[in-house]
Amino acid sequence: MPQPSLVTRDLTVRFGGHVAVDRVSCAFTPGELTAIVGPNGAGKTTYFNLISGQIRATSGRVELMGRDITGLAPSARTEAGLGRAFQLTNLFPRLTVLENVRLVVQARERRGFNLWSMAMGHRDLIAEAEAVLERVRLTHLADQTVSALSHGDQRKLEVAAMIALKPKVFMFDEPTAGMSVEEAPVILDLIAMIKADPEATVLLVEHKMDVIRSLADRIIVLHNGALVADGKPAEVMASEVVQEAYLGKELTDV
Amino acid sequence: MMNILSGDRPKSVILSVLLAVILLALAFAPFLFPGSRSLETAARICIFIVLVASYDLLLGYGGIVSFAHTMFFGMGAYGVAIAIDRLGTGYGAMGLGALVGMVVAGIVALLIALLSLRVRAIFFAMITLAIASAVAVLVSQLSQFTGGEDGMNIRIPRELTPAFRLGEVFGTRVNGKVLNYYLVFTGCLVLFLVMLRLVNSPFGRVLQAIRENAFRAEAIGYRVVFYRAMATCLSAMIAALAGSLFAIWLRYVGPSTTLGMEIMLDILLMVVIGGMGTMYGAVVGTAIFVLAQNYLKELMGGLSEATSALPVIPDLLSPDRWLLWLGVLFILSVYFFPTGIVGRLRGTR
Repeated sequence: MPQPSLVTRDLTVRFGGHVAVDRVSCAFTPGELTAIVGPNGAGKTTYFNLISGQIRATSGRVELMGRDITGLAPSARTEAGLGRAFQLTNLFPRLTVLENVRLVVQARERRGFNLWSMAMGHRDLIAEAEAVLERVRLTHLADQTVSALSHGDQRKLEVAAMIALKPKVFMFDEPTAGMSVEEAPVILDLIAMIKADPEATVLLVEHKMDVIRSLADRIIVLHNGALVADGKPAEVMASEVVQEAYLGKELTDV
Repeated sequence: MMNILSGDRPKSVILSVLLAVILLALAFAPFLFPGSRSLETAARICIFIVLVASYDLLLGYGGIVSFAHTMFFGMGAYGVAIAIDRLGTGYGAMGLGALVGMVVAGIVALLIALLSLRVRAIFFAMITLAIASAVAVLVSQLSQFTGGEDGMNIRIPRELTPAFRLGEVFGTRVNGKVLNYYLVFTGCLVLFLVMLRLVNSPFGRVLQAIRENAFRAEAIGYRVVFYRAMATCLSAMIAALAGSLFAIWLRYVGPSTTLGMEIMLDILLMVVIGGMGTMYGAVVGTAIFVLAQNYLKELMGGLSEATSALPVIPDLLSPDRWLLWLGVLFILSVYFFPTGIVGRLRGTR
């Protein structure tokens, strides 16, 4: 068993009296794709936000590659190796497709504070951004502004940005949300491609059971902010706890 | 050529021609438009191009609204004035004053930025407004240093004053004032090209990314606060240098020439007319605005006389109403060119 790349220990966040994420302890290892499931409002996206730093934890910790990152800003977590794609498409709408990816490569290479050279002179960054677009088959749209793209292509671009970031941990929040039946498989293929790298840890929030079945090595279930099940997809899906969580019954044994 | 422009092409024939005309007109202003008034206007255009462009660095590229830009402009101007007042006339004192003004502007900008940029943008705008007002009050109260409301006359080296005569070129008398103009012109050209370089650097690209989507910029690993603080600092330092040039040119500094809220509003108008987020917009917007400010009155006087035979129209065009027409021009330009003149010419929406 390889060392876990991402660990959360008793991770908790309270909004007033409401506990949105409740003492979630979980470890994620490289080469594994973990699907995070649970009914709406179970705290999946909030759990993601705690890990990537958009929300500060009330208590508990997040460790990335053995390092405590609980107090870090989102940008510092990204530098440390965390890559996050968002549920709602979140790009630079008025910049071109190529520029969106180039900015990610530039961030990863830490060349943003370069004040005097010309951005277009950093040919290696552009070349790498172009190579990523080639991989996700968006080359033909490289010079388009993002706002002119279809929803599906925007989601594809978001995955492309994640690939360009080369994080150690990839976090996808409903990557196929709002996509047509024809478009969704392209995204899933890209995620499968990312997953094929044994170094990559992948976390995926997803509702569609067929997606989970085809991609996940492991499922964890959140319910009312708490971790209620963790295991192989077949076991978890068959378990009574999950059935109840999804059917919305009272959980008596947790 | 492309290297000087940092690879930032005007991307429009009309814009290229317009920029070339403005550049040539400014470069040969003393010979093309003799007379002290036109030289005043040319120098003002040069200095305001830098001031407006440095403000656009904040507003158009960084998406940061600041009302303290004239304060930084004033810091450079007062830096030179106070240095010459204390150390006596000389190029050393002039340079030192400009340097100190720039450093102080940079430090104050950094402090404001780090204190307030972490929170919402509106808070930053309010803080800058408060600090700018406080500094304006301070300047008018500390009259033993700043000359208070009267301001200070600056005794610059004789070579830069009209009293210094050099002879005639192309029928124009070349005196120290012309040399002074070329000091201003060269300084402004260099500062403008520096800014053009900044906005086309990897750093400039990050600023644009932050303006587009700060949340995203942070998520892909850029520390938004640092970038914004850096932009605020650079913008303040360049504004201060423009202020130093302005003080040297006018040989005077006072609250009304550098710190006033009207100047802040003029800067905003020039940025918007020219087009936010384009350095060239600052050039076009400033040239048009300053020319209108200085010559609209006369143009209207002429038009009013020419139409004196007609009813009503001469009254409407009376020179006294120039401010009204300036307002109309501004509204029309914003209505027809919401992305500014340069935005329109480049065909972006």
